Amino acid sequence: MNKTVNQKAWLFVIPVFVLVAFNAIIPLMTVVNYAFQETFGNNVFMWEGTRWFKQILLSDRFHAALGRQILFTLIILFIQIPLGIFIALTMPKEGIGVSVCLVLMSMPLLIPWNVVGAMWNIFALPDIGFLGHSLNALGFDYNFTQQSGDAWFTTVLMDVWHWTSLVVLLSYAGLRSIQPAYYQAAEIDGASRWSVFRHIELPKMKKVLTIAILLRFMDSFMIYTEPFVLTGGGPGNATAFLSIDLVKMALGQFDLGPAAAMSLIYFFIVLTVCWVFYNLMMKNEGQS
Amino acid sequence: MSKISLKNLSHSYLSSQVNKEDWALRDVNIDWNDGGAYALLGPSGCGKTTLLNIISGLINPTEGQILFNGEDVTNKNPVERNIAQIFQFPVIYDTMTVFDNLAFPLKNRGISEQEIKQKVEEIAEMLELTSTLHNRASGLTADGKQKISLGRGLVRSDVNVIMFDEPLTVIDPHLKWILRSKLKELHQKINRTMIYVTHDQTEALTFADQVVVMHEAEIVQIGTPVELFEKPRHTFVGHFIGSPGMNILPCKIDNGAISINGNKIETKIDIKDKSFSKTEVGIRPEFIEFNERGLPVKILKVSNTGRHKIIDTESESGKIKVIAKSSDNIPTGSAFLNFKKDYTYVYGDNWIIE
Repeated sequence: MNKTVNQKAWLFVIPVFVLVAFNAIIPLMTVVNYAFQETFGNNVFMWEGTRWFKQILLSDRFHAALGRQILFTLIILFIQIPLGIFIALTMPKEGIGVSVCLVLMSMPLLIPWNVVGAMWNIFALPDIGFLGHSLNALGFDYNFTQQSGDAWFTTVLMDVWHWTSLVVLLSYAGLRSIQPAYYQAAEIDGASRWSVFRHIELPKMKKVLTIAILLRFMDSFMIYTEPFVLTGGGPGNATAFLSIDLVKMALGQFDLGPAAAMSLIYFFIVLTVCWVFYNLMMKNEGQS
Repeated sequence: MSKISLKNLSHSYLSSQVNKEDWALRDVNIDWNDGGAYALLGPSGCGKTTLLNIISGLINPTEGQILFNGEDVTNKNPVERNIAQIFQFPVIYDTMTVFDNLAFPLKNRGISEQEIKQKVEEIAEMLELTSTLHNRASGLTADGKQKISLGRGLVRSDVNVIMFDEPLTVIDPHLKWILRSKLKELHQKINRTMIYVTHDQTEALTFADQVVVMHEAEIVQIGTPVELFEKPRHTFVGHFIGSPGMNILPCKIDNGAISINGNKIETKIDIKDKSFSKTEVGIRPEFIEFNERGLPVKILKVSNTGRHKIIDTESESGKIKVIAKSSDNIPTGSAFLNFKKDYTYVYGDNWIIE
């Protein structure tokens, strides 16, 4: 049977294309445009080729921001993923406790990001904040506005508080979908608690954990609002993660060319890591 | 290796029990002899799986005792009871190879590498898994996975009982037949007690020496397939076993004389002065003949299955099915039925009267 060719179908794609053009393609291409040119305003542009890319890739400032960013993301992943799984495992499986836990867990996720930053800023103030004051009263020399270690500690703690719930909820959903027969079979096979976790629960959670790690990687790698409100990137540049540094360069110094080049490199890193990670995790899924 | 006895066993999933329906199992008393091949037969929801999970120790019964060789194991866990159980849907450990899956119950019990290897290879050979032994288990088809589940149940040689909870549900019909004969063969070889739960009478009757029929949370009859067929002790057994099932017709008992709608029925049973709220006559279609005299019926339909003819008739007390040989001449219009005396039973409140 011959299929009829009807090019009019392309017309149906137009609305989506227009929408995507305005919210993604045009802004992205503007950035690309800036990344290869120099401008002094008045819409006058001069071609610069790959100069900004070379400059960014070789700059110590970018290396430092990238290093801080990678360190931050690794720390929060290593805390949030195991902690999230652990909480999900200990959550009740039936009764009223389920709803209570789920609501409690969802709360941090519902708070706007700048509010989280402001909350933690006040919470951690060394003189009047509950956390800051208590730590000092206990004899710790704690001041997140002046000591970079304390600033890091507070930022990490804030992110753990804000986002561990996401990992918990995803893991919990994964755990609940395991058939009771798996646990019963393991019991009869004489499996230890660790074996049940290692050979039943963890493999069954693999897909949701992949999503959880991807989401937490992307969000933490692009984190801006919360540290901006909490520490403003300080003290000094101690918590100036990539996006904070990027905004400083683009809007503070108005270096649009280098900032655009940095944006593209940033974008490329996130994309590559997600792609590689996803493909590694899903490598063996095709068979079953 | 032991005899398993269940004493006054009852179970309910509810915290308080008011009605009869609140119980998932009611007053079960049964002995499973060592080395027997049993089938637990009944419709969905009759309590088969509950009974099985109580024997294995996955569920603690609300009332009653479980004894293994006279020793009370009611509060012991599945590992201490040393049993094997295979579930309806394949349970495999995705991350492991087929070999490791089969070896898992042995490893957990600290058995030596060498012995594990030998046992696993033996079981794999039996289940025709040898060629895929070192593949990852997650890549297998549904029946391959169920073979692994079976294998994990069979790999330990010292278990007290092996229980199968409708294990062939996901297997396609052709392979079902092969696996079932394998299990039967295996039973003869290893001589271990096996309990096989099913709602399929063919499966039960071909697998087991003794069939336990359950109905609404109770055991209604325990017997050989022949006993269940020839002398059902409960109208449910008559209905459920046989194709078509037993004819059950309301009857009157007057001074020990049994009659259906005024037609006297001959039986071997001597009915004394017992009273029931409901009395019925049960007769299998196989044991009814057409005759000159007897119970008057109208012939509704004759279907020839090839092996025999099934005749649907209607009497004034209800429909009656009759099975006749393919070569028999079947009267048309109206006819008279004669029940074989030796196989005609009378049931009072659904239970047989003897």
